Amino acid sequence: MPSTDEIRADLADIVNEVAGIPADDVQLDKSFVDDLDVDSLSMVEVVVAAEEKFGVTIPDDEVKNLKTVGDAVSFIENRL
Amino acid sequence: MTGLALEAGSGSPHARILGVGAYRPRRVVPNSEVVDAIDSSDEWIQQRSGIRSRRWADADETIEMMSVEASRAALAQAGIDARQVDCVVVATVSHMLNLPSAAAAIAHRLGTDQAAAFDVSAACAGFCHGVALASDMVRAGSARHVLVVGVERLSDMTDPTDRGTAFIFADGAGAVVVGPSETPAIGPVVWGSDGEQYDLIRQKDDWRDVLAADEPAFPFMTMQGAAVFRWASFTMAKTAQQALDRAGITVDDLDVFVPHQANMRITDAMARTMKLPATVRVARDIAEAGNTSAASVPLALERMIAEGEARSGDIALLIAFGAGLAYAAQVVVLP
Repeated sequence: MPSTDEIRADLADIVNEVAGIPADDVQLDKSFVDDLDVDSLSMVEVVVAAEEKFGVTIPDDEVKNLKTVGDAVSFIENRL
Repeated sequence: MTGLALEAGSGSPHARILGVGAYRPRRVVPNSEVVDAIDSSDEWIQQRSGIRSRRWADADETIEMMSVEASRAALAQAGIDARQVDCVVVATVSHMLNLPSAAAAIAHRLGTDQAAAFDVSAACAGFCHGVALASDMVRAGSARHVLVVGVERLSDMTDPTDRGTAFIFADGAGAVVVGPSETPAIGPVVWGSDGEQYDLIRQKDDWRDVLAADEPAFPFMTMQGAAVFRWASFTMAKTAQQALDRAGITVDDLDVFVPHQANMRITDAMARTMKLPATVRVARDIAEAGNTSAASVPLALERMIAEGEARSGDIALLIAFGAGLAYAAQVVVLP
């Protein structure tokens, strides 16, 4: 079972690859839209990459609830 | 009892695209003309879609007129006379008559000799469905030359105040002539439909419900953008890969990639998912054409040929996908 920070770090790599945002900026308290400038389409790409990486399913209806990096990390943690 | 006079092997061993033509409406509509109604900006539209401008048809640029112009250009490039065309297949969702077909009028206006003519309703995927049908007809012997047209006037069906669609959809026509070939030049089609997602892109209401309403309003197209983006960018990348597999080639053999011009972000995500080498030229007609549904693949292909980005003999992957959800992909050799 990966630790919270391991999940965050993997997610940071995905956000970096999809949206070109420095992985170090992807911290738990950061908002995808307001702080990291990840728009709705990039968010879909992040979600799909995260599903593959972590082997979880993140339905479209859930995506809008994942406002911060911490929201996404907890969602993934709860389903691993 | 005698048996039916079955004729075997009367078709061509293979089929190929012999010519490509396009018609782009005269009126160029820059983002600045659509932003006010959706409280948006040029920058926002470009970032979300890659679209800088699109073409919207004037009243005289009808489905029939645009199709005939595109078809004449395709026939001229193919060196085929309209009387040699045995079948006209028209892919469209914006022909505003349920009957008769747009194809019958187009076949007549072109001067075909009463060619078989019918429309295909597969939305944005319609053109690649048409190419698959044409290839099979030529090889089976039910037609020697088939004209496949993709044509739309989506400006008639788009709500100018809908932030999800107003800046995306546009008008135009593209056509190809498919005919006999001694060598393989249209690969096996990979196609299908996912009716579970029937409502993702659709006309808002059934016409009967519209007419029964107290205040009838035009049932514009609606689209659930994020879900469509997810399906198109990732599921369709797998379909594209299957079309390469069926044709017996890999991305390294590919010269040109012509996906349906749905959204530049979808094209980019597909190319990334497919790991397309940088040497593959990718169609990006959407920047100046918008999303023209069934017309987008032939329009994008025609531009690449006209601008020298795609050359005769190049191997191209075509893929189109849209409402239904419907999809079709095939590898072709360019004329």
